[in-house]
Amino acid sequence: MSLRSRLNIVIVQALVISLMVALLGRLFYLQVASGLKYQNAALSIQSRDVVTPAVRGAITDSSGIPLVMDRPGMVISVDRSVLDKLPDSGKSVISKVALLVGLKPDDVFISTRLCGELPIGQRAGCWKGTRFQPIPITRTATQAQALKVLENSDRYPGIDAKPVPVRSYPSLAGENGSHVLGYVGSVTELDLANPDKHYYRDELIGKSGLEYEYDKYLRGTAGIKTVIVDRKEAVTQQAQNTAPKSGFNLVTNLDARLQAATEKALATSVRRSKSMGYHADGGAAIVMDVKTGKVLALASYPTYDPNIWQTGLTQAQAKDLFSDSAGVPALIRPIQGMYAPASTFKSISVVAAAAAGYNLNASYDCPASVQIGNRVFNNFEVKSLGRVSLQKAIAVSCDTIWYQIAYDQWVKDGGLRPKSGLHDYFFTAAKGFGIGKSTGIDLPGEASGRLPDRGWKQRYYDQNKNYLCNYSTRAKKSDLTPYLIAIAKENCVDGYMLRAGDAVNFSIGQGDTLITPIQMAQVYSTIANGGTIYKPEIARAIVKPDGTVVKEFKTEVTGTAPLTPEVTAFLHKSLRSVATEGTAAGVFAGFPIHVVGKTGTAQDLGRNKNGSSKDDTSWFASFAPVEAPQYAVVMMVSQGGFGASVSAVGVHDIYAALYGVSGSTIDPKKAIFPDGIPSQLPKIDVKNAKLAKP
Amino acid sequence: MRSRQFISRSHRRNHFFENFSQWDRLLNFSVGALSILGTLLVWAATKSWFANQGLDPQYYLKRHVINLAIGIALAYGTTLIDYRLLRAYTPIVWGLAVLGLVAVLIPHIGSTINGARAWIALPGGFNIQPAELAKIGIIVGISMILAEKRDSDANPNDLDVLKALAIAAIPIVLILIQPDLGTVVIISAAVVAIIATSGAPTRWVVGLLLVAVVGGLVAVKAGVVSDYQVKRLQSFVDPTADPQMSGYQLRQSRITIGSGGIIGKGLFSGPQTNGRFVPEQQTDFIFTVAGEELGFLGCGFILLCFGLFFARAFTIAKRTNDLFGRLVCVGVIAWFAFQTFENIGMTMGLVPMTGVPLPFMSYGGSSMFANMIAVGLLQNVHLRAR
Repeated sequence: MSLRSRLNIVIVQALVISLMVALLGRLFYLQVASGLKYQNAALSIQSRDVVTPAVRGAITDSSGIPLVMDRPGMVISVDRSVLDKLPDSGKSVISKVALLVGLKPDDVFISTRLCGELPIGQRAGCWKGTRFQPIPITRTATQAQALKVLENSDRYPGIDAKPVPVRSYPSLAGENGSHVLGYVGSVTELDLANPDKHYYRDELIGKSGLEYEYDKYLRGTAGIKTVIVDRKEAVTQQAQNTAPKSGFNLVTNLDARLQAATEKALATSVRRSKSMGYHADGGAAIVMDVKTGKVLALASYPTYDPNIWQTGLTQAQAKDLFSDSAGVPALIRPIQGMYAPASTFKSISVVAAAAAGYNLNASYDCPASVQIGNRVFNNFEVKSLGRVSLQKAIAVSCDTIWYQIAYDQWVKDGGLRPKSGLHDYFFTAAKGFGIGKSTGIDLPGEASGRLPDRGWKQRYYDQNKNYLCNYSTRAKKSDLTPYLIAIAKENCVDGYMLRAGDAVNFSIGQGDTLITPIQMAQVYSTIANGGTIYKPEIARAIVKPDGTVVKEFKTEVTGTAPLTPEVTAFLHKSLRSVATEGTAAGVFAGFPIHVVGKTGTAQDLGRNKNGSSKDDTSWFASFAPVEAPQYAVVMMVSQGGFGASVSAVGVHDIYAALYGVSGSTIDPKKAIFPDGIPSQLPKIDVKNAKLAKP
Repeated sequence: MRSRQFISRSHRRNHFFENFSQWDRLLNFSVGALSILGTLLVWAATKSWFANQGLDPQYYLKRHVINLAIGIALAYGTTLIDYRLLRAYTPIVWGLAVLGLVAVLIPHIGSTINGARAWIALPGGFNIQPAELAKIGIIVGISMILAEKRDSDANPNDLDVLKALAIAAIPIVLILIQPDLGTVVIISAAVVAIIATSGAPTRWVVGLLLVAVVGGLVAVKAGVVSDYQVKRLQSFVDPTADPQMSGYQLRQSRITIGSGGIIGKGLFSGPQTNGRFVPEQQTDFIFTVAGEELGFLGCGFILLCFGLFFARAFTIAKRTNDLFGRLVCVGVIAWFAFQTFENIGMTMGLVPMTGVPLPFMSYGGSSMFANMIAVGLLQNVHLRAR
């Protein structure tokens, strides 16, 4: 063999060895170094999870009456991946199935469109999931309808029917509760992408209200059947099967009958206001236990039928939920609506005045108007009263006393040149009651209101400086008067300053102050109990279907208001006189329960869509009985007119239901809580639950 | 002539087992182990698939065993006649191969599988692949020319090399037309290895390698390479480029092998295999079945067997004093080494996708027969070297 031949054979040998080593190296990398990664990849290729949703827990009132529960239903769903391949993209099938289940074809067409497929502005009721998951069109189909679909699959291609649990609202006491309960809906892509939640595609999850807040307890654990499939998606093997576990029940502090009475009183008040000629576009009413912060009833107006989420939302219903003309029923006004508190705020002003050293038992001038700088501030509800006691001033809601006190204090704090070591008694008192801070109620989406103190003014100025400073370019020609230009200039130069007008307006709950009805209920509960700020709590306990208690929600104190026993006593006395000799005396004349409260009639400088100026916000904030305060009841009707004639009457009706009052007599048997607010957990049997008393 | 007769007669007298016992045992062990494993893997690849369709789960197993039996018979037959006498048949083998390669290009005779017109369909569901036969024809043919009339250290001259290239070029061009690039690479590797080992001038070896590289580039640029080959190349560079077809196959193939881990899922129990997520898993992608079901240990053993096979083949090549025999051995080694590398490398995403089977393991008659004849040639050289 020649040397070259010998050499070349060695080269070939080396080449072959290197080829084999390369294969071995790659094999090691695939199977040993990244074996785990590929094992997971293979698993996701082979396995499919078939999800059986769990029975969702019920939400009951404090006596075990179900407010919402699951009952067996039948879902009819549309498979877009099949329909889209039909010659007419499935339009005729959609019409057929819509008619079958008694829905409008147009509504079903919209509800099976992905939101992105529809033009902006016409997306109400669109499908928020993907094309590849079954899109439910109704959950309340009948057996017969389901059978028709299943037996004629050639006539209904891409349509499926299967039994599912559906949310049902027994409404045993006639309550609605849609806002506080919230609703459930299909999982969206966004939910699935949330790493903190472990949802399955076919699950229903809480979308708002208590359903959202306590979703992790209510939802239960979906049953998972993992099957192994081949390339053609044919099932070759069943790998794992876990049965669904029912969700836990949520016992709330609500009472079905009180909730119904509160809703009714609110609706009646809104109607009364409308009949008086006001817009009355919405309202809220809350009943709270002043000793614990338990929310016993929470109503929002306008309301909507919670069943629409199950029967298949029509386009009109979907639009109405958020439409201005229908009053935005989706808005949870007790916790999301923000309004000027007006005279109800004077209780806090009393606390501020006491802190500033004013004698609460002295008399003060109540003129018809007060001039501050070059502006005249008028009394709103009364004319000149001359010299009156502070208690009387509260009862009849004199404003001018507060203008003077607030102005004096503003001057003492340095006026436009604030001193160091500011007292800011009014802001401090408001802060002490939690104004401008959300209450922490166990509902999602709570608004925090607004405390327009010096810090807020500065922030507002910083954010809007450009707007404030280009008045001459943006204003209409007719508005370019020397006076308005001068004001604009002032706003531009030192708009961050707290002016006398701001301080004066703040003292009577006007100006930039905003408060939610739940904050109002919290403030009056705090006044009622002498200064303890409780977190408003709707949930009472989480209970397993077998009765085991998973979690009890304890009373939570979130702060202490700056109330001394003297100030508390003065407030109880003077606010009681509101109902005996003041603005609400007519409403509570002869009422056997001694209600303590304050009317509020708040100006709203905004305008309605049609250009009309907004009507006043009607408030009545109260607690009772004065001897040993137990309940706080607050009602607000936006654009409702006077506090007394609209909201105070509504609150009166709620107390009447609460105590079983008819006329001027109390029938303890008709009271909602004859033995006090329930402290024991009820036995829960949602299927056989009955109201205790008519 | 006289010695030729003597040798053949003496071997005809030998009993089969006597002959067999003189074969290189380690070579036999490696081929035997690979064949047995291959049989099990072909079975595993098709058993649950056919069972699920209500067909005979042993359908592929039976046919594979028949192929294997024919292959062993061919290997045995190849050892009976002194390989030096086989030279006489080489023109016939070469000629048949070229005829077959021309025939596959004729419509109605050749059938296209996986984009390559490489098969002649026979009645009974059999397909034969003339390219496999061409491998043997070319290797023996050019070895013969380069080793001819030389008993000393005299090296082949330029004319010999040219003649050898001409013999190789005709089938290579025909295979290029199919187009079956994978087989062209394998044959070219064998040709270059044989020329290098023959002692031919080094400039030929270097030149041929250069031509291969430049030719490959030009072919891709000029569009000689067909669409599906470009696609396969693209999907190798970026497996998401053609996710449904070749990219899918490559991705699935890699996942299937990787998911086997160290010890594998056990024979017949690979979910990827049983779900048939990798197309062609009983033929070109048989290694994915090994990867998933036998794991790193099983696959390592397979590579070890191939290693042993090459080691023994090199030993035989070095031990023989006959240049012709040595060249045939080197040609066979280069053929198997490149085919193994191309096939396993493809399943693991190491090299672009080509449609070549894994020697001794993939299901398929033509390749099994060609492989076994090649083993017979190696044993033949071994037997006559003593």
